[in-house]
Amino acid sequence: MFADYSMAELGAIFAMQGFAGLILFSVFVLMALGLAIIFGQMGVINMAHGEFMILGAYVTYLVSNLFAEYMPALFSMYFFVAMIFAFIASGLLGLFVEWAMIRHLYKRPLDTLLATWGLSLILQQTYRSVFGAREVGVSIPDWMMGSLPLTDLIEVPINGIFVMVLAVGISLAVYIMMFRSRWGKQVRAINQNRVMAGAVGINTEWTDRLTFGIGCGVAGVAGSAFTMIGSTGPTAGQLYIVDTFLVVVFGGAGSLLGTIASAFSISQAQSIMEFFLSGSMAKVLTLLVVVGILMIRPQGLFSLKLRK
Amino acid sequence: MSDGISNNKTKGVSRRAVLAGGTALTASLFMPNGLRAADFPTAEVNTTGLAVTDDAVTIGILHSITGTMAISETGSVQAEKLAIEQINAQGGILGRKIEYIQEDGASDWPTFAEKARKLLVNDKVASVMGCWTSASRKAVLPVFEQHNGFLYYPTFYEGLEESPNVIYTGQEATQQIIAGLDWVNQTKGAKTFYLLGSDYIWPRTSNKIARKHIENFMDGCKVVGEEYYPLGHTQFNSVINKIRLRKPDVIYAIVVGGSNVAFYKQLKAAGIDMTKEKPLLLTISVTEDEIRGIGGENIDGAYACMKYFQSLENENNLAFVKAFKEMWGDDMVIGDVTQAAYLGPWLWKAAVEKAGSFDVDKVREASPGIELTTAPEGYVKVHENHHLWSKTRVGRAQADGQYEVVFETADLVEPDPFPEGYQ
Amino acid sequence: MQSSAFMTRKDIIGFAILAALIFIVFPMVLDSFRLNLFGKYLTYAFVAIGLSLCWGAGGILSLGQGVFFGLGGYCMAMFLKLEASTPENTAIQSTPGIPDFMDWNQLTELPWWWEPFYSLPLALLAVVAVPVMFAFIIGVAMFTRRVGGVYFAIITQAFAAIMTILIIGQQGYTGGVNGITDLRTLMGWDIRTDEAKTTLYFVNGVLLFAVLFAAQYVRKSKLGRLLIAMRDQEDRVRFSGYNVANFKIFIFCLGAAFAGIGGAMFTLQVGFMSPTLVGIVPSIEMVIFCAVGGRLSILGAVYGALLVNWAKTTFSESFPELWLLGLGGLFIAVVMLFPNGLAGVWSEKVEPRLMALFGKSREDKPAPDGAPAE
Repeated sequence: MFADYSMAELGAIFAMQGFAGLILFSVFVLMALGLAIIFGQMGVINMAHGEFMILGAYVTYLVSNLFAEYMPALFSMYFFVAMIFAFIASGLLGLFVEWAMIRHLYKRPLDTLLATWGLSLILQQTYRSVFGAREVGVSIPDWMMGSLPLTDLIEVPINGIFVMVLAVGISLAVYIMMFRSRWGKQVRAINQNRVMAGAVGINTEWTDRLTFGIGCGVAGVAGSAFTMIGSTGPTAGQLYIVDTFLVVVFGGAGSLLGTIASAFSISQAQSIMEFFLSGSMAKVLTLLVVVGILMIRPQGLFSLKLRK
Repeated sequence: MSDGISNNKTKGVSRRAVLAGGTALTASLFMPNGLRAADFPTAEVNTTGLAVTDDAVTIGILHSITGTMAISETGSVQAEKLAIEQINAQGGILGRKIEYIQEDGASDWPTFAEKARKLLVNDKVASVMGCWTSASRKAVLPVFEQHNGFLYYPTFYEGLEESPNVIYTGQEATQQIIAGLDWVNQTKGAKTFYLLGSDYIWPRTSNKIARKHIENFMDGCKVVGEEYYPLGHTQFNSVINKIRLRKPDVIYAIVVGGSNVAFYKQLKAAGIDMTKEKPLLLTISVTEDEIRGIGGENIDGAYACMKYFQSLENENNLAFVKAFKEMWGDDMVIGDVTQAAYLGPWLWKAAVEKAGSFDVDKVREASPGIELTTAPEGYVKVHENHHLWSKTRVGRAQADGQYEVVFETADLVEPDPFPEGYQ
Repeated sequence: MQSSAFMTRKDIIGFAILAALIFIVFPMVLDSFRLNLFGKYLTYAFVAIGLSLCWGAGGILSLGQGVFFGLGGYCMAMFLKLEASTPENTAIQSTPGIPDFMDWNQLTELPWWWEPFYSLPLALLAVVAVPVMFAFIIGVAMFTRRVGGVYFAIITQAFAAIMTILIIGQQGYTGGVNGITDLRTLMGWDIRTDEAKTTLYFVNGVLLFAVLFAAQYVRKSKLGRLLIAMRDQEDRVRFSGYNVANFKIFIFCLGAAFAGIGGAMFTLQVGFMSPTLVGIVPSIEMVIFCAVGGRLSILGAVYGALLVNWAKTTFSESFPELWLLGLGGLFIAVVMLFPNGLAGVWSEKVEPRLMALFGKSREDKPAPDGAPAE
């Protein structure tokens, strides 16, 4: 397969392929971080995670239209504003959902799955009624859609770099919040022993709500970023949900580092196999390998607790 | 009655007035006042117990308005409703107003079968405009054949089918593929092709036909890669790298649905500039509808092979586009399938009037040979195999989301659902 | 419920009401189209009964029941497809005598693993055996390592995703996205006619009752009580010397067998099998049938399957643009307000009042839609 190519070409291709793997890795991290916070720290299965992401994408669409209409001069910068709004919108919706629904279900984690599934149906239909059944086209500023020629042969997509930077940035932010901030300490305390945490004066109710809200907000930012690489439609959220859950479970729930490690291994495996096999087969093989490993090591890569 | 239809080109007396009125040109417009129901007693035009009364006839609309396929099928529903409204404005069919019952297939094939049965058995509809994916058509086909229903199916599809109970108003695969491949070969000198598609029957069959044509009928041309991705796949960087490695002259892409958006955005971001035509991109799956989601700037310069583009400049189409936008909003775009869906009610009307009856058997018998000179795509004719004779066109995508037509076949292309030499 | 008799008086009345509904009321009230629809709903009830055993009694929530339903359905469909693909029927293909989709995908001979499906007994065996085999592999791998709860749910969900991608991707062997369509006869008997569909409805009802009795037997046996004990205090059961994993594997396989039978009946009633029944969405919907009916009650599971599907059909016929809102709302309402589903409402709200009214529990005329909670 490689006989006809010069070393330089091959080197370039492998470099770009490695880069493609890194982009996929960043995409997985962005998808999974919000869920890792919610699922890992609270044990809640949020089946509407994809819909929270799409909310972020729709917010981005609205903001881009606003900028195009009222501030065309600043259009090239709108994306940053959009991401902030996406975080706020998804976060607020998350706070509301926690208050109205999730907080009544903490003792029944499997039921959160059903309730949030119902929520995802409602959100999908709401998007369809508000934005129409068709996909919306989000115009991305030109500078973000180009590519960066590193050498004559190697070209790197700028939106890929953007996603990578974002993934690193958000991971760091989550890490700092989780392990340095007061909120993070409270979350971890509650995760370890809810009753004791309450007894020492932590407002567990509010902390839960905030955790859910932040998880959803991060999903919103991810959705906002994905307008650069994917589609924005009422049902687009469902495209992400399986991969997202697999990444979190494979990493070992409860461990942010595990989530990142699992995103890395799954993305690299998939990216390499995609290069040598057909896309469909690569996907199936990746999923089979992941499930195979989960069969042998059900607790995932990094596990804190598994048995109930 | 088919004479009346085919002759109207020469009778364009009040065309301007009609255009000003915002209604599309139609055949029966030129028949004085349409036809009167009194001349066609219900007992005579409906001998099989269909939902036909003295002043109305009921048909079904069966598309997904929820689920993943709603993205694509919405345009078809809109076009069908427009055609029904226009037919009614002109006096309906055999003096009867068309009423419709709309059902949601919910992007789920068993649901399509269930709803088709409901429409045929419970509602006794006289015909059904519906389905989009091949899978939904395959699911409803036995229902239509068992209950002798009549379906107008709008989507370009893989062929290999010819049901007495279906009129296929879209192109079967050879109508859409061969002319486009010949065109890139002859005018662009393309020799090497990379075939790419979503992983299901239509892209696979289409690529099979494309491959046979490239290898057997195009001198010195070859396929340098063929690849499929799961429906809904959103990461295409690996295949883009493979394309770079193989350096094909043409990327032949049959990616569908949400994957489309991801594919073209990532292609552009990876620095493959389609306006430079190196490589050239030829698709048969991206209509104006899809471009809305992709963003015109991301697909600028790609070529698409279709039978219809919104930018076609003929009077039928100008009137159609105007009427469509008046009904559904100025920001609407019209793609190939939407136009084919629009033909459904008109073809049915013509067949019913030719047969002088709503009975499915008589309508079926009357269907072959039906001509529509008022079609937005120009002129179409129903073949004995229930597909349409129509032209194949190549358009080039512009940044504004429209196609510029760069080529059209001189003659109508004959539909050939079971092509010899391509199996 | 804790009585050691196979069926208490209350159980007998419950079974009798359901039997009256399925065998007398529905066939009398519904036209043949609706009856066929209810037949389709009843095929989902098989899955829901299995889930009620696994989840309600055993605490094992599987989000992959669609896989077993699909496997059963595909096994049946393969047999019917081979019967439909006689050389005469497929004369226009380049290789007559093989299923049409294989021909479209350039296969020139039948794959070896399709061969057994020429035989009806083998196909019927496969309907149960193939899902059970899959369930056994998954069960052994998961339960012996004590994976449970949420993790098990998500891993089974991944299975559903993989199975869909595999079926769609291998379309030369499986029919791909279209599924296996255009099934015609079963041993020469045309399954497409209205009479056949009505007959199949009754076959379906009889099988459903067979499964219900089996489920009832399991619940009343020692195994059933151990399952509930495991759900509530797994460790104590383990320390009492029982092999918890084996019980779980057994019940999971039983649920898979039920789902497989349901899938086969689905294929017969609907006339084709498609990957849309295998994936994540249908699998979750099946759990929801069970949740709406009440996860603790096998009869509730049947009512849940009937009610949710009936609601889905009715909502979508009346409000095609908005029916998802109603369905989503129903799920949330059930989880939030009626955690034990219809069965819970029945035993907590309706039954005490009836008792008060009549002095003791008596048979009551149920609503025509089959929902005991109105």
